Amino acid sequence: MLKSEDFAQELINSGYNFFTGVPCTIVGNLITTLTERPNITYIPAVREDAAVGVAAGAYMAGKIPVVLMQNSGLGQCLNTLTSLNLIYKLPCLLVVTWRGFEGKDAPEHLVMGRICEKLLDTVGISHHTFNPDNIKVLINMSYKLITENKEPLAIFLKKGILD
Amino acid sequence: MNYREAITIIMELLKGQLVVCANGLISRETFTIRDRTENFYMIGSMGLASSIGLGVALSKPSRKVIILDGDGNLLMNLGSLPMTGSLQPKNLLHIVLDNEVYASTGNQPTISNVVELEDIAKSAKYAYIKKVTTDKELKREVVHILENDGPSFILVKISDKKEQREIGRVTHSPEEIKERFMSAM
Repeated sequence: MLKSEDFAQELINSGYNFFTGVPCTIVGNLITTLTERPNITYIPAVREDAAVGVAAGAYMAGKIPVVLMQNSGLGQCLNTLTSLNLIYKLPCLLVVTWRGFEGKDAPEHLVMGRICEKLLDTVGISHHTFNPDNIKVLINMSYKLITENKEPLAIFLKKGILD
Repeated sequence: MNYREAITIIMELLKGQLVVCANGLISRETFTIRDRTENFYMIGSMGLASSIGLGVALSKPSRKVIILDGDGNLLMNLGSLPMTGSLQPKNLLHIVLDNEVYASTGNQPTISNVVELEDIAKSAKYAYIKKVTTDKELKREVVHILENDGPSFILVKISDKKEQREIGRVTHSPEEIKERFMSAM
């Protein structure tokens, strides 16, 4: 299991410098560490579409943003991703916690847990999934991809990867 | 005052300030009245002008950022008001053109004839809040907020909802709008 502090440091080392999102228990410690770091901005958003909107504004003002959300939030911000990010070419890294993975979760997570990859495939947003061995590689690659392609990229984060 | 007159008054008072325009007629009118590189025109993601403007304002504290919003747009993303109020960006100026209808889709009523949007901004802890109904008041308040710290909130009551003419669409592509706006930073 990776420490959330180390995960945050990987994001920062890669070049990400603006953080916003809506909490999930899977990224609870990550949000705490981002909030406590003196030179980092973490903006608590009230909803995932607002988070993606704030990130879009930050990008246009020179930042490279990360948005943290639960996969339930993908439904909430789908129109923002399609009618803002994809058409204006506004990149961000979406770190999306994967609730309902393999059907093992509370009932409200099961449908999105089953379809969240297909949903992003349908919309045309690239996605990957963290495992214990690929975290550093994926974070570095994501920075290169989103800044070159100017599109959002999602990386799913399952329970048990971060402390 | 109709919204074309209101936008004209606002745009005439601006110099290099950044403007995030809500989607629909607000973007289209602003583009028609005074197209400038500092204008970001939204063509989708209704409601999010205030969130996009907040992201710009937080990341560029040296520049004044004006959010040109509508009542329908604001009601769709009311959560942005307390986000702004909690963060207190001094450079954020939120101007809401309130005609009490969804003008872009044919004047279906919103609910801002009943709910006082400026009261919501007050609860959300904006630093300066004013409601204006005349062009003279609007001019005075825009001058005031451009010269003073925010976050400020000006509710502009639009009495004349009738469209004066056919309004064109923004002719720049979304990518061009973004590139221009980023170059104006």
